Amino acid sequence: MPAQVSAQITARNYSLVGQNSKLAEEMGLASAQWYACPIPRKRLKELMQRKDGPAIRDTLLWFALLALTGWLGWHFWGTWYCVPAFIVYGVLYCSCSDSRWHECGHRTPFKTTWMNDFVYEMASFMVLRESTPWRWSHTRHHTDTIIVGRDPEIAVPRPPDIPGIIMAFASLKSGPKEYKKVLLHCFGKLTAEEKTYIPEMEYGKVFWTARIWALIYLATLAWALAIHSILPFMLIGLPSFYGAWLLVIFGLTQHAGLAENVLDHRLNCRTVYMNPIFRFVYWNMNYHLEHHMFPMVPYHALPALHEEVKSDTPRPYNSLIEAYREIIPAIFKQVKDPYYFVKRELPANAKLTAAPDAPLPNAQPAPAS
Amino acid sequence: MSDNWIKACKTQDIEPEDVLRFDHGDRTFAIYRSEDDKFYATDGLCTHARVHLADGFVMGNLIECPKHNGRFDYTTGQAKGAPVCVNLKTYPVKIEADEVFIQPG
Repeated sequence: MPAQVSAQITARNYSLVGQNSKLAEEMGLASAQWYACPIPRKRLKELMQRKDGPAIRDTLLWFALLALTGWLGWHFWGTWYCVPAFIVYGVLYCSCSDSRWHECGHRTPFKTTWMNDFVYEMASFMVLRESTPWRWSHTRHHTDTIIVGRDPEIAVPRPPDIPGIIMAFASLKSGPKEYKKVLLHCFGKLTAEEKTYIPEMEYGKVFWTARIWALIYLATLAWALAIHSILPFMLIGLPSFYGAWLLVIFGLTQHAGLAENVLDHRLNCRTVYMNPIFRFVYWNMNYHLEHHMFPMVPYHALPALHEEVKSDTPRPYNSLIEAYREIIPAIFKQVKDPYYFVKRELPANAKLTAAPDAPLPNAQPAPAS
Repeated sequence: MSDNWIKACKTQDIEPEDVLRFDHGDRTFAIYRSEDDKFYATDGLCTHARVHLADGFVMGNLIECPKHNGRFDYTTGQAKGAPVCVNLKTYPVKIEADEVFIQPG
């Protein structure tokens, strides 16, 4: 690697408007061609088929559980019994919304478009991610997955910020940042980074959605003042913080500790086997490698897609515990050595990845000469 | 046959409610066969991220891009919402003797 390039990438700059953004483009890492496991077109078409049934069933169950646990929390407010009720309510409100936000953002869970859009807007509010900016941010995440300077959704930039990761379990870092952006959007402004991935024609939608959010929070405040209690905020707003912990536990398994700047999802995504309850909360996003490789396949078909591609992908993790036995030490190693990453092993008969011609910033920089 | 009609494929090359990639010179097109056996043609690359739409998914009169799930009405080329904002160019199609011809203009 030329010394000039290595010097540039030594300071890992994750900004979308920084030097690595331009470097990624020059290296052919931006909007690049990614590896896809071979699947016969006929079988892929079967897997991509959309249905309303599974998502309606899961959504009705989700709403019913939210209503039940919210009522229990309300009913037992002032006693210790409200604690378990709100713990479950918070997970359903925020962590469950993470996967609903994600899946409905792709418009794949339901066959009916308005159902995807309705659940997407609702889940966006509950997980505290503004619907339009985050739709575009996630679009970029799929274009340039874990490409430094291009992907706005790298959860663990290197060197990892351990206090920041701990704070994420209650959205203490991202939450206030998001509220600042909501406020900014209410006044008809966007950040410089947002302007790199949100098209101008979408600006109006961003501003008006932020104003609707502000009205919902103001109405909740009025309700709380009227009854002289924070209880309304325990149901609306605060669960985005106290219910975020499971979202983080699931979400870190997606890419943390894996390679940056590779054009093969087999090397920068994890698939982790989970029990049926976790898979309900996470809407099968534990099949994350498969989702990134074939985002058209709805959540309910991801286990079947996994069966189709597993001979060409690294071994999946048998449990969250197995995944975290790898993730936690990797994150701590990256604190000392930002160039360290977990190299996923492809099966012996796996097809080779399509690598870009340019040298990758993952490489240890050569000593400057 | 007029000069500017190009043979793209045979009708049986595309299943109903599916799409096929057709490259001609330095251009690429997507040829669609609807559920009711009508044929359509559009530019082959998504207007958002220049991904081949022929790798996407056909649902009714919609083509969904394989990369970001952007959707177009392939009968009109109309973009159906984020992340696709720019319409797709469509081309005339005709069938003669079980062969699909497009007029790329």
